[in-house]
Amino acid sequence: MTTSSVQPPSHAANPAIRDYLHEGTSIRSWLLTRDHKRISLMFLVATSLSLLLGGIFALLVRVELLTPERTIMDAVTYNRLFTLHGIVMVFMFMIPAIPTVFGNFLLPIMIGAKDVAFPRLNLASFYVYALGAAITLTAMIAGGADMGWTFYTPYSTTSPSAVAPVGLGVFVLGLSSIMTGLNFIVTTHTLRARNLTWHKLPLFVWSIYATSIIQVLATPVLGMSLLLVAVDHAWGLGIFDPRLGGDPLLFQHLFWFYSHPAVYIMVLPAMAVISEVVCTFAHRAPASYRAIAYSSLGIAFVGFLTWGHHMFVSGMSLLDTGIFGVLSMFVAIFSAIKVVTWVATLRRGSIRLTTPLIYFFAFLFLFVFGGMTGVAVATSSLDLHWHDTYFVVAHFHFIMVGGTLTAYLAALHYWFPKMFGRMYSERWGTVASITVFTGFFFTFMPQFLLGNAGMPRRYYSYPPEYQWLNVLSTAGASVLAAGMLLTVGYLAVALFRGERAGANPWDSRSYEWLTTSPPPQHNFEEQPSMDRGPYDFHLPRLV
Amino acid sequence: MRRSEPQAVLQEQFGSLEQQQHAARFGMWLFLTSEVLLFGALFALYTAYRLEYAEAFRSAARHNAVWLGTANTLVLITSSLFAAWAAHAVKSGRAIMAELCLLGTLALGGLFLFLKLTEYADHFRHGIYPGAYFRSPELGERGAGTFFTLYYFMTGLHGLHVVGGMSALAIMLLQISRGRYGPGRSTAVELSVLYWHLVDVIWIFLWPLFYLLT
Repeated sequence: MTTSSVQPPSHAANPAIRDYLHEGTSIRSWLLTRDHKRISLMFLVATSLSLLLGGIFALLVRVELLTPERTIMDAVTYNRLFTLHGIVMVFMFMIPAIPTVFGNFLLPIMIGAKDVAFPRLNLASFYVYALGAAITLTAMIAGGADMGWTFYTPYSTTSPSAVAPVGLGVFVLGLSSIMTGLNFIVTTHTLRARNLTWHKLPLFVWSIYATSIIQVLATPVLGMSLLLVAVDHAWGLGIFDPRLGGDPLLFQHLFWFYSHPAVYIMVLPAMAVISEVVCTFAHRAPASYRAIAYSSLGIAFVGFLTWGHHMFVSGMSLLDTGIFGVLSMFVAIFSAIKVVTWVATLRRGSIRLTTPLIYFFAFLFLFVFGGMTGVAVATSSLDLHWHDTYFVVAHFHFIMVGGTLTAYLAALHYWFPKMFGRMYSERWGTVASITVFTGFFFTFMPQFLLGNAGMPRRYYSYPPEYQWLNVLSTAGASVLAAGMLLTVGYLAVALFRGERAGANPWDSRSYEWLTTSPPPQHNFEEQPSMDRGPYDFHLPRLV
Repeated sequence: MRRSEPQAVLQEQFGSLEQQQHAARFGMWLFLTSEVLLFGALFALYTAYRLEYAEAFRSAARHNAVWLGTANTLVLITSSLFAAWAAHAVKSGRAIMAELCLLGTLALGGLFLFLKLTEYADHFRHGIYPGAYFRSPELGERGAGTFFTLYYFMTGLHGLHVVGGMSALAIMLLQISRGRYGPGRSTAVELSVLYWHLVDVIWIFLWPLFYLLT
């Protein structure tokens, strides 16, 4: 053991210091807080509500698709519902969820800081998110937006529904995303504790940092595209309207210039979580720290150059499709580096099977399967067959939704003791995680088959021979929903009745476990000096 | 004589004032980067449409008064000079000088907006409106409408940024006159001035696109 080891702060020494949950209990002390941990919890509530809403919309869509013709709603309502589902899930849950909840809570603690660099901006980002969500939801529900989450022109600029306010709402949500990303980048650069060099940062920080770069650089382009669509829709400027000399394809280029990197805004934070979970429960340092850290930056970089693969059938030259196809496959290489490193970390680790690790296995399956089908659809000749079918829907749900959702749940369980100071029930956790995975698998596996058989996405009715697969998919979705409800249930119980968690219940070596659970308002009673690395499992744990 | 020397307050998450100022500057530069990408989308659109309608864009650009665009460029560059001067004056403790310079910047910013609006009014008289409302017999061909839609959108958005920058500088002026900023506390002034420079730089790119490339 090194002599210069960290002196961990202990509550026992100073009982006068309260944890962040009890530092002021008035409503005002929450709503106007600048504490990144409280802001994180407010985001947890907000994004969970979005997940619930998006989930309800998804279930309604699945119920409608139980029969080839009308089941419970007409075609117009159906179009509105899948639009609601897509926009709520993408812009209000998957893009913000992990960075704003877990990034907010953990990033400052993991670098030994008292807070983020700009706490007021952090609080503002929450209210901007709330405002954006309110505008988007009101506009969609009152105005019946039906253009899908992609806002494709010319339909979006001519649709009689309320496209302009929806575009504006998503623009505002984007502002919140930029604020968060900017804050995290500056925090990581300026507030690291003494001795904490870049290569001693927990891998979580690397991935969140890579995500933040995409948020700051790509979101403005989406904001501008949606603003153009909104203005176009409101005043008929025709910037994308062929009748007035505009080119609808240019919208697709601008939209995917953001929205493809946005996929990495969703999945890089998921990888951030997974890296921590794997190391802790394998009780072992990552097989290669640098491979995981740098591949995040690699994905962030290459992610900017692959947008064209969404447009293989939109009129693109053979050369361009080839280039975009190959560039897209580079992402698969970086992702594979991560997958191999995670698996190699588990090898010869001393594995402790817990709910977060089960979610890791779910993640691994969905990510690898989704990733391989991604390489398949990046091949332009195959994409011609699968484009705009349920195959693509299943592909991006596997990789993007499956990846994000399983990692989100892994994070929620893994850091639950740190955030709330209590343990959840491992037995119920196991049951729920297996239920969620089973449900997810049976929701989307039939959709791969449907797509391959030729069922187009977003259609209201379909030939009867597709029905059994649709019924199977809806059944899977119901199981998934049950798993999620179960999770809400036992976590709510754990919040009040759970066993008290110690500072480091998982026997991790990462820095967030050096402080008490839940942490005090300024994270550490004394500024810890971080001499050890976050994965020094060969050294005894710090008590 | 003014009140006591204003001093920067160290926020608790920072270890030192240098660190705090570094973070603030870094944050501002990142914000400016994201602003550049906001306009970047529009520059990309401009490029694509210019490739498609090269001739129409040339004749449409000829319709804009070069002298007005050039005058506005000079106005903005001069305003930036005043702004930079103001930041320097605050740091060296010459508050009156800083106030005068900021007044100069604001006046020139106002002049810029005035010239721009005059130009818009002139366009409207010739039936040059954005998008579907574009009616110009002399520029009738396809593409000119797109040129002017982009013109209105890009210069309009830039105009909004001018207003934003002027508001920030006006607040700085007010705070300097109240003795809130001085040599020991000047980061906010510096950053507002930095933002004003960005507004200036964006215009320097808009100027050739809409006036010079004929």
